[in-house]
Amino acid sequence: MRWWLPLQGSTFAGEVDGLFVAILIITGIAFVLVEVGLIWFIVKYRQRPGQKAYYTHGNTRAEVIWTAIPAVTMVALGLISNHYWVHIKGRHSVPPNAYPIAIHAKQFEWQITYPGADGQLGTGDDFTVRNQLHVPVGRPVVVHLSAEDVIHSFFVPVFRVKQDAVPGMEINAWFEATVPGNYELGCAELCGLGHYRMRAQVFVHTQADYDAWMKQAAQEASQ
Amino acid sequence: MTHAAATVDQMRPPYPAERGLDVYNTKLGMWIFLASEVMFFAALIGTYIILRFGAPGEWAKPGIVLNIKITAFNTFLLICSSVSMVKAYASIQDGDQKKMRFWLLMTILGGAAFVGIQVYEYLHLIEHGFLPSGVREGSELAELVAKGTLPAATMGLYGSTFYTMTGFHGFHVTCGVISMAYLYFTKALPGKYTKLNYGGIETVGLYWHFVDLVWIILFTIVYLI
Amino acid sequence: MTTVAATAHTTHAHHDDRSFIRKYIFSTDHKIIGIQFLFVSLFFLVIGGLLAMQMRWQLGYPGQPMPGGGILPETMAPGGVILPEYYIQLVTMHGTFMVFFAIMPLLVGVYANFLIPLKIGAHDMAFPRINMWSFWSFVVGGLVMLSSLFVPDGAARAGWTMYAPLSARHDFSGASLGQELWSVSIIFVGLSSILGSLNYITTIINNRAPGMTWFRLPLSVWSLFITAILGLLALPVLSGAAIMLLFDQILQTHFFDPAVGGQALLWQHLFWFFGHPEVYILILPAMGMVSDIIANGSRKPIFGYHSMVFAIVGIAFLGWLVWGHHMFMSGMNPTLGSSFMVSTLLIAVPSAIKTFNWMGTMWRGNLRFHVPMLHAVAFVAMFVIGGLSGIYMAATPVDMFIHDTYFIVAHLHYVLFGGSLFALFGAIVFWYPKMFGRMMSEGWGKVHFWLTFIFYNCTFFPMHILGMAGHMRRIYDPTQYNFLQPYQPMNRFISISAFLLFASQLIFFVNFWWSLRKGKPAGQNPWEDNGLEWSLPSPAPHGNWEKLPTVYRGPYEFSSPQVAEDYLPQYKRLPTDREPASALLAGH
Ligand code: HEA
Ligand code: HEA
Ligand code: CUA
Ligand SMILES: [Cu+2]
Repeated sequence: MRWWLPLQGSTFAGEVDGLFVAILIITGIAFVLVEVGLIWFIVKYRQRPGQKAYYTHGNTRAEVIWTAIPAVTMVALGLISNHYWVHIKGRHSVPPNAYPIAIHAKQFEWQITYPGADGQLGTGDDFTVRNQLHVPVGRPVVVHLSAEDVIHSFFVPVFRVKQDAVPGMEINAWFEATVPGNYELGCAELCGLGHYRMRAQVFVHTQADYDAWMKQAAQEASQ
Repeated sequence: MTHAAATVDQMRPPYPAERGLDVYNTKLGMWIFLASEVMFFAALIGTYIILRFGAPGEWAKPGIVLNIKITAFNTFLLICSSVSMVKAYASIQDGDQKKMRFWLLMTILGGAAFVGIQVYEYLHLIEHGFLPSGVREGSELAELVAKGTLPAATMGLYGSTFYTMTGFHGFHVTCGVISMAYLYFTKALPGKYTKLNYGGIETVGLYWHFVDLVWIILFTIVYLI
Repeated sequence: MTTVAATAHTTHAHHDDRSFIRKYIFSTDHKIIGIQFLFVSLFFLVIGGLLAMQMRWQLGYPGQPMPGGGILPETMAPGGVILPEYYIQLVTMHGTFMVFFAIMPLLVGVYANFLIPLKIGAHDMAFPRINMWSFWSFVVGGLVMLSSLFVPDGAARAGWTMYAPLSARHDFSGASLGQELWSVSIIFVGLSSILGSLNYITTIINNRAPGMTWFRLPLSVWSLFITAILGLLALPVLSGAAIMLLFDQILQTHFFDPAVGGQALLWQHLFWFFGHPEVYILILPAMGMVSDIIANGSRKPIFGYHSMVFAIVGIAFLGWLVWGHHMFMSGMNPTLGSSFMVSTLLIAVPSAIKTFNWMGTMWRGNLRFHVPMLHAVAFVAMFVIGGLSGIYMAATPVDMFIHDTYFIVAHLHYVLFGGSLFALFGAIVFWYPKMFGRMMSEGWGKVHFWLTFIFYNCTFFPMHILGMAGHMRRIYDPTQYNFLQPYQPMNRFISISAFLLFASQLIFFVNFWWSLRKGKPAGQNPWEDNGLEWSLPSPAPHGNWEKLPTVYRGPYEFSSPQVAEDYLPQYKRLPTDREPASALLAGH
């Protein structure tokens, strides 16, 4: 059992985790400030015979300080987050050379269509595999998400990527895997009684292995 | 209950109290209620706009499915009932109970007629095959769809939004008619309304004008555009 | 001049000659209605808790027969083993009951009704009869929702957020009647809140006692006022959405079904446009009552009263601009996401103001740790954790990872249980004497507090870790995923803590009922507080005051140098006080 974020399996996993840590620090400070302050006051100012509370209605200087500091921090945090957001999910964030894969979600499986040898979707040599996502390492991949029936959500924890698949919409999400290996893809949006078992295997191959797999899978599909 | 009775027809803000708004409670309450009504219709109309302009295809041209003439007349009727409501209000302010009764009655009849005509319109539409779910198989409208006079793709949305919006407006009119009739028999006829006490009329009047206003918006976006 | 209302009440206050039915069932007395709300919504709180226990069993011991689960029908748990379709019903109903039938009515139904007239110095609500309808339509809604658990194809099962099209088409969800009953019930809830809200708003604006100026209102009343405005404007949108959902379900309309041109995201926009204001409906009254209790427990004026008021208004206002933060991953335009992120982060600012002002109030105080104070301080400590975890999700790139994981579940329980429910425990104990004329047991109250506080944190804090591991929400059996299997011990630990948490509530339960009869009689003002309600005998009589009190000062004049004792009630006239103009006008 890990007490920390999972392995970083994509190019932007580092950015996401970095932001997570940044927020952990900011909120950590606020947290310590408040909780320690509370405990301190609880102990120091607990009722004592003959003690009378200090009669005051507040202090404008203090108010200004603890309004301004969070305000500034939050605006800054917003700007930084937005920088990454635009890079990861922004309208034009998908790298032009990204390798296309079409994923069609339905109760309760992932139908994953590969572009075949020509690397183009929508051509004759496309083929579809159920619940197995194979991607090459070190190459941006763009998934074209669609849904058959209800809303599902494409979620690969190690890639830190999540995107709902919505019926009636086609939504693109991209990532670039960095670590070859075998991972899991889960459905993150409640989609019915089978939601909990709507999972798929994720295989990150070296380009060579990927091509090999592609050849063989294409054959199997054609039979 | 006494408290209710006591506050309802008070034309004064409820003193002794710290000064709030110099409006008596029932009237203030109605204004506040109308604010929530605005949000309710905003949800329905907003939905209509989003669905219509995000629709997968053309929207049915006005006048093909719906009979604009009848509804235009109905709109006129409702506006008149708003006017008669104003007259009823004005009369009771001058303390003229007879005129107030007459105009209130006119308003009630106007509202009732509106509902009647709307029900007739609905029956008519359903007969022609226009349902909340779209167009009925093998109906008159189905043929129009087949001919391409009506867009197949959006008739479902058209039906859904049409019946929901006009239906809920009709429901509001009905409630208005019922409550006016109630006031007419329990307050107006026994002569409980006077120069100094006409809270009920004023409050129900506010509601009535609001319902009228909503209808003018609906008529425009559903029937004309 | 005195009003009919006033005299009407005076007679009432003398000899209360109403029939039993009028007095306790179809009562129009705001205090009785408040107490009715209390009993009914505590009942629903227990229901919500019981549902949670079943969920926790399944998550801790997946696939194992639940002790006592044998009594459940085959359609739910054959042989006590919970079925997937039953599990998602549990999740849905748990969320629905807790939000709409427990916390919301407990905060607004109970305390807006009970406190507003008592704290502003009015005989009753502006519209007592409408108030009664508000209660009864809530009851109808609750019974409809409860009944849906027992219909053949089971209750609604699309999460308390009821995302379409799953919720809109029974061939997707596998439930038809259950889903429809959910929609119907929610329409009643909406009606109930709207009727309540317009009552509270009118009453606060127009029925304040002489001298009770806007900036002499207790923060509890301020927050209930703002909450009422949120409810008034947010619930009609939910009702509208629920109506359209119902039509999709029974009339085959196509609002939310993309297969026939509808839009799936439309539901989410409507729901969250209501939903985020809703979550502030679920916290603002808690914040208000906590402010009252902390000032009382610290024997010190609230720190920065005015900025507290502006913070409430600020939170409520910003609350309308952030609904999209629930939809970052929904396929909504990412540029919209950016703006929703910024508005969401900004809510940290007014919340910061409130947090630090509560601390400022305790600073150099003379802290009395009576049971309400313990819960109020716990509220601050826990709400801050929940609020801070909100910042992670507000940051869109991080939300991309933690969205729909247990990190969210942790967040919402820290704000809703650690926040709202702790505040409610405090409020229940604090105003119990004014409701029932007796005190709840102090000792058992403390035991209940500490056990709840400990087991609560053991239950919900680890959920942050699960979320960081990518543990999705609303999944029936985590062990399906290899990467989650290592976390099963933690899930089990959470479940055990949850059972103990529930068990600890029995103490509260017993204390509550026992004190009704056996509790030590409360004097007029057991907490030595300043509010107008404490000028009345406990329990407060029907019609409250014969002659309305006059208000001479703000609600938080604790430890004022003007008097010897460390509190100075709003209604107490000192020689130096002048009669407020309004009182003279009112002929006092
Ligand atoms: C009482 C209810 C309540 C409250 C008060 C809040 C308060 C907040 N919530 Fe929460 N939220 C919920 C109830 C609530 N929430 C629920 C029920 C859900 C789940 C819905 C579902 O089922 O999907 C949810 C989900 C939710 C999401 C969606 C997550 C997702 O699904 O991916 C987000 C995202 O932004 C969010 C953010 C926030 C923020 C920023 C606040 C802010 O208001 C918090 C502000 C408070 C603080 C920040 C702490 C105090 C401040 C300080 C100590 C000052 C110093 C702090 C800094 C400088 C940072 N919430
Ligand atoms: C205020 C709201 C509230 C409260 C109090 C709780 C309380 C609890 N919740 Fe709740 N929970 C939600 C609101 C709440 N929850 C929401 C909105 C969701 C999202 C639903 C969805 O995803 O759709 C959720 C989801 C949720 C999940 C995620 C399920 C999933 O995604 O698969 C889990 C899992 O452990 C859980 C567990 C618990 C537990 C163990 C408690 C325990 O704290 C329960 C302990 C018992 C009690 C607190 C009641 C005891 C009774 C009394 C104290 C009164 C007795 C006194 C008298 C009668 C006088 N909840
Ligand atoms: Cu598909 Cu959850
Ligand atoms: Cu929110």
